[in-house]
Amino acid sequence: MGTFHQGKGELHGITVVVDTDGPEIFVGRCDDVTDRGVFLHDVDVHSDGENGRSKEDYVKRAAQLGVWKKYDHLVIPNERVTSIRRLGEI
Amino acid sequence: MPYSEMMVRPMREELTSAGVKELRTAADVDAFMAEKTGTALLVVNSVCGCAAGMARPGIRLALQNERRPDRVATVFAGQDLEATARARGYLADVPPSSPSIAFFKDGELVYFIPRHRIEGRDAHAVASDLTAVFNENCPVPATA
Repeated sequence: MGTFHQGKGELHGITVVVDTDGPEIFVGRCDDVTDRGVFLHDVDVHSDGENGRSKEDYVKRAAQLGVWKKYDHLVIPNERVTSIRRLGEI
Repeated sequence: MPYSEMMVRPMREELTSAGVKELRTAADVDAFMAEKTGTALLVVNSVCGCAAGMARPGIRLALQNERRPDRVATVFAGQDLEATARARGYLADVPPSSPSIAFFKDGELVYFIPRHRIEGRDAHAVASDLTAVFNENCPVPATA
């Protein structure tokens, strides 16, 4: 048994990878996707090329064990989002 | 802020009723981790049904496997804060994740299932991952 959350989208509670049209890519636990944007909890952000790692290098590493959060909560505006993927499916 | 203990109790009991030892204090965790020989499973339980609701029955199923860890324990993230923090100290290179499942062999972490590997899967899938680890690392129990 567990707690369940009414009125949220299918990605609620799922750890997702949110790519953007800029250098940043985000990994966090999705709260919801609304007209305003993607609402994430416990979020890490990586900038393409940071520490010598591309976005996909970062995602592959995140998929192994997870990420260290940099932000408790973050909203990524929809106009910046190019894709949302489930980390568990990478 | 911790949830009401009345609400959380069934989530604790879902594991303890399967023989999982609950670690409520840092001292409990240290005592569990002090034993370095053999195999051990440490479960970071959590309230959220999105993943923990599949992790707990998956663990229960896996513990019915013939080969299983010598010792199995759990801490409850968001509830038993001191115990959870101490448990995470034994997973120092692994980002905090709840629910999550760590498997140790002779004191070394050899397998870890983070939350995102549980989300969206069913209990049988979680159990399948765990039994594969048990079959690879745990000896066949001696028969009487």
